[in-house]
Amino acid sequence: MENNKNVIDKQAHTDMAEVRMKPNRVRDIVEKIIETIFLLCAMASVISVIAIIAFVFWKGLTPFLGDNSYSFGAFITGTKWDPGNDIFGIFYMIVGSVFATIGAIIFGVPIGILTAVYIAEIAPKGLVKTIKPAIELLAGIPSVIYGAFGVGVIVPLVNKISPRPQGESLLAVICVLTVMILPTIINLTEASIKAVPKSYREASLGLGASKTQTIFQAVLPAAKSGILSATVLGIGRAIGETMAVMMIAGNPIGGIPSSIFDKIRPLTSNISMEMGYASGRHQEMLFATGVVLFIFIMVVNITLIKITNKAGEK
Amino acid sequence: MKLKKLLAFGLIATMTLAFTACGSKGNDTAADEETKTEEQGNTTEEASEDTNSDSEGLSGTVVITGSTSVEKILLDMIDEFQAINPDVKINYTGTGSSAGIQDAIDGVNSLGASSRELKEEETSQGLTADAFAYDGIAVVVHPSNEIADISLEDLAKIYSGQITNWKDLGGKDSEIVVVSREGASGTRGAFEELIKLEDAGGLSEGATVVEGNGNVQTGVAGNENSIGYVSFSFIDETVKALTVGGVEANAENAKAGDYKLSRPFLFAYKAESLTPEAKAFVEFTKTDDAQAYVEAHGGIKIN
Repeated sequence: MENNKNVIDKQAHTDMAEVRMKPNRVRDIVEKIIETIFLLCAMASVISVIAIIAFVFWKGLTPFLGDNSYSFGAFITGTKWDPGNDIFGIFYMIVGSVFATIGAIIFGVPIGILTAVYIAEIAPKGLVKTIKPAIELLAGIPSVIYGAFGVGVIVPLVNKISPRPQGESLLAVICVLTVMILPTIINLTEASIKAVPKSYREASLGLGASKTQTIFQAVLPAAKSGILSATVLGIGRAIGETMAVMMIAGNPIGGIPSSIFDKIRPLTSNISMEMGYASGRHQEMLFATGVVLFIFIMVVNITLIKITNKAGEK
Repeated sequence: MKLKKLLAFGLIATMTLAFTACGSKGNDTAADEETKTEEQGNTTEEASEDTNSDSEGLSGTVVITGSTSVEKILLDMIDEFQAINPDVKINYTGTGSSAGIQDAIDGVNSLGASSRELKEEETSQGLTADAFAYDGIAVVVHPSNEIADISLEDLAKIYSGQITNWKDLGGKDSEIVVVSREGASGTRGAFEELIKLEDAGGLSEGATVVEGNGNVQTGVAGNENSIGYVSFSFIDETVKALTVGGVEANAENAKAGDYKLSRPFLFAYKAESLTPEAKAFVEFTKTDDAQAYVEAHGGIKIN
């Protein structure tokens, strides 16, 4: 009997070993498959970005190459856009885009940083519970709604204070862009403030500094790189914004803005306004505008990577 | 456990969807086959009813060259016509009105498409003009504006920036906000051509540019100093349409040619060398079905 039982035990043992071996092989295959799926997913974005870059640059650089080419200098320094007469100058658009972005940063960054400080350091928990969802909601509002708000509220307001007879202006664009970049700046800044070790604050307070002094002398400097990348991301958002800006910018066919009440035509709205109907040289020039915009965005992104790398080295 | 449940639920959902999709597809094809024979009977009947002359044995190629402004209307009409007459092939190339008319004179196309009236030297070469639609552009201002009438010359001066204040036109003393359309707009092209803006120096850099008729209309409605232009279908109570040279902006005046900011969309051809399939297409463009496309693209129907 005992012998018998031993045999059975042994058999059971070997059985179990086999059983354990089999799923392992299956698991290996499954692992491989899943790994491939991950790789494919990762490739999707890489391939997309390469395809987009290749397409935009190829289309956008054609008008400057070969016979009957358009002078690149005239394109980049021209101050008039008149496709009907083969005049394609985008310098005034570059200026408009840059001014609008700078304006949005000047207003948006201080407001954003102070909001983030308030949420992270000062505000009572109950209040944070109302402020935070409001900011998240702000981030989720579609840009066409911002545009509609701009047309309905900001443009008439600007019209009232403007020496010009209309409200579509650089100022209106700056106002809307400021609101649009706030969520980006607030969320990133808040995260970087929260990442500052508690010991910094304790040390500062322990040395007799007030709460305000602690925030401005100890916490914010420590969160500097996070705030910087928040700003850069805000710049990216502001320069790339299209729909909302198109509805309130005025989009003139030429002229460098000399005051905040002047109309501007940002690069983005130039593309989106005319792409639907454009053909031939005109369409290629819109792609060329896209190339310029792309270069701006790449500069912004490279700056961002540099900043985050520096923060990592520390 | 939770994950498994979720997975199971997801699988069930996908299967249900997949099966229902299959099911309805199967039903559709079955139903299709049933009705197909019926429909065939119907279409032949219909065809012989309303296009009795050209339904039978209509085949060949129709070459249309000319105006780019008519492109959208024409392409829709061509699609519809080719669906009814599968043996007829229609090729349209947008070359500009004058080129299309010249082609018709030279006999290198079947039909020339034009978005302007024929000139005398063109009609004298034996061309017939056959309008299939009209295009009208209304000049709109804010309802509070005192101005009621404007001339083409003044429009050219306003849009080129030579007149910048309403008081120069007899209105109140305030700067004019000029609203125009994006560079590739057909309405802008027609408007600038009709007011001869090029001769006046082209569009002013001070003009606001917006995308689409709708944005012009809301822009003008929202600013009491503004002036803009839209297709007739965009006139409503939020804006005031000016009379141009004393003529009111409406379809009748546009068709009669009295309203200056209008133009016909027409075919130019030599009547004696018109092929049966080209003739059938010209007739088709005047049917209610085809005229619906005129309206859909903001034009004025001929009847």
